[in-house]
Amino acid sequence: MDLDSLYQEIILDHYKNPHHQGLREPYEAEVHHVNPTCGDEITMRVHLSRDGGEPVVADVSYDAEGCSISQAATSVMTDLVIGKTVPEALAVHEEFLTLMQGRGTVEPDEEVLEDAIAFAGVAKFPARVKCALLSWMAWKDATSQVLGAEALRTDRATADAETKEQR
Amino acid sequence: MTAPGAVAAGQALPGLLDGLDLIRADFPILTRTLADGFPLVYLDSANTSQKPQVVIDAMVDHLERHNSNVARAMHQLGAESSAAFEAARDKVAAFLNAPSRDEVVFTKNASEALNLVANTLAWARGPLEIGEGDEVVITEMEHHSNIVPWQLLTERKGATLRWFGLTDEGRLDLSKIDELITERTKVVALTWVSNMLGTVNPVAEIARRAHEVGAVVVVDASQAAPQMPVDVVASGADFLAFTGHKVVGPTGIGVLWGRREIFAQLPPFLGGGEMIATVTMERSTYADIPHRFEAGTPPIVEAVGLGAAVDYLSALGMENVQRHEEAITGYALEGLATVKGLTVMGPTTAHQRGGAISFEIEGVHPHDVSQVLDSRGIAVRAGHHCAKPAHKRFGVQSSTRASSYLYTTPAEIDALVDGLEYTKKYFRVG
Repeated sequence: MDLDSLYQEIILDHYKNPHHQGLREPYEAEVHHVNPTCGDEITMRVHLSRDGGEPVVADVSYDAEGCSISQAATSVMTDLVIGKTVPEALAVHEEFLTLMQGRGTVEPDEEVLEDAIAFAGVAKFPARVKCALLSWMAWKDATSQVLGAEALRTDRATADAETKEQR
Repeated sequence: MTAPGAVAAGQALPGLLDGLDLIRADFPILTRTLADGFPLVYLDSANTSQKPQVVIDAMVDHLERHNSNVARAMHQLGAESSAAFEAARDKVAAFLNAPSRDEVVFTKNASEALNLVANTLAWARGPLEIGEGDEVVITEMEHHSNIVPWQLLTERKGATLRWFGLTDEGRLDLSKIDELITERTKVVALTWVSNMLGTVNPVAEIARRAHEVGAVVVVDASQAAPQMPVDVVASGADFLAFTGHKVVGPTGIGVLWGRREIFAQLPPFLGGGEMIATVTMERSTYADIPHRFEAGTPPIVEAVGLGAAVDYLSALGMENVQRHEEAITGYALEGLATVKGLTVMGPTTAHQRGGAISFEIEGVHPHDVSQVLDSRGIAVRAGHHCAKPAHKRFGVQSSTRASSYLYTTPAEIDALVDGLEYTKKYFRVG
């Protein structure tokens, strides 16, 4: 069993020195995700900014408890998504998901995944894949909550405007 | 303190089962090698036990030669199958020293057994009825299967759930017993042996107090039945549940024993075949125990396997199994104490303690501990072990648990201790 392919140096580095840790203001959505089998937990806040165009991931902050894989995956994820537009970040998420679900057969693209290529070995340990995905699922959930709320507000504004026009 | 390895050097550890090598040979899986040629070191028996050949053979023989439905089938195979199924009930009744075989109900597992009691109590009318202002008392060291059914019951009935707390050593805090068990108490449900802390609880003493106020006593013996002699009468329990797969039997079968006077008062749980006396379009009347609580085709081959399992344990002698567990647990606690940065949650001596040992290692998450141990063929459990309140009590989210059984050797404990030192090196702690 190739333990070193699972616990790559990059993963252990992020585990010991996680990036973007802590819960910060401002944020538009906060989520709490749990891995029910092992008890790993994460509270995550997402702050999106908008300068006219696509929404940008301005900040992702978190308070998490879990194993080296889940902690390192969270740290790497924040590095990857902060500063990207939401569609860009979602594309990285898709790439990472494909890698994780590939059972070790997918060749990771370093251009897209950067430090996250270190998780290629995790895909060979099915029991640990959910550890690597916990924070990504939390981020996706929080982001869709922000966008959903915004979409709702926009819809209502449009609906209100339409109602007014009818009067 | 005994250094780990001392016993492996040839000294015998007092209390071990006689002929341990021969006993191990009864369990075919114990000869398995895992990735990279590591021999299996199975220290996850509190999760599920391994099965001796005699259990496997009994089940195969039943399927090959006697398979048919029970009770409903009037042919020769039906008679054989019914006889085998009911013989298993006799064997379990003897294993538990139950006053009557009819007090033994087969369920799917211990969870279903506990849910059966909690649900039928929720439906009961008359003296067993639970209502607003009534209280159910459980403990902080319960497995979720002995927490959630009582949460559901108290929520549904407007009753209150109360908890025995734990001492820092992982024992039940009995100092407030008179405040907890009162005239309002209708049920006291507790585990005999903790699946996380290993603690053996004074069940008979608590049952006596509960009976003084007229409460029903429900005992989760999932971890007790594999490790120590269980005498349902001496235990003081009104209901006692355990599961087949932890007593060297198969999965898919559990046992609920209940004292007839109370068991017979409970309304039916699941409706269906075999649990009725008669069915008309207007109404049905129900069979007596045990069949009232065994709707549908029961787990027949599983019962046959469980019967063989309790026979196997009885042949070894549960007193001997208990002595073995105590010896191995004591040896493991001594070995673990040599690992710097390791903290055991629960009693740190083998006295009044079962074989499950949960611990944490500073700086290494339990998942990572179990992953590194697994790479050396050592199977342990990591997580909350379905005992989240107990973990919270000790300020941790999860732990690593090593759990021995009647086939565990001191050399396997040595492998665990070595594996933990290796784990620390791998993660560069200590």
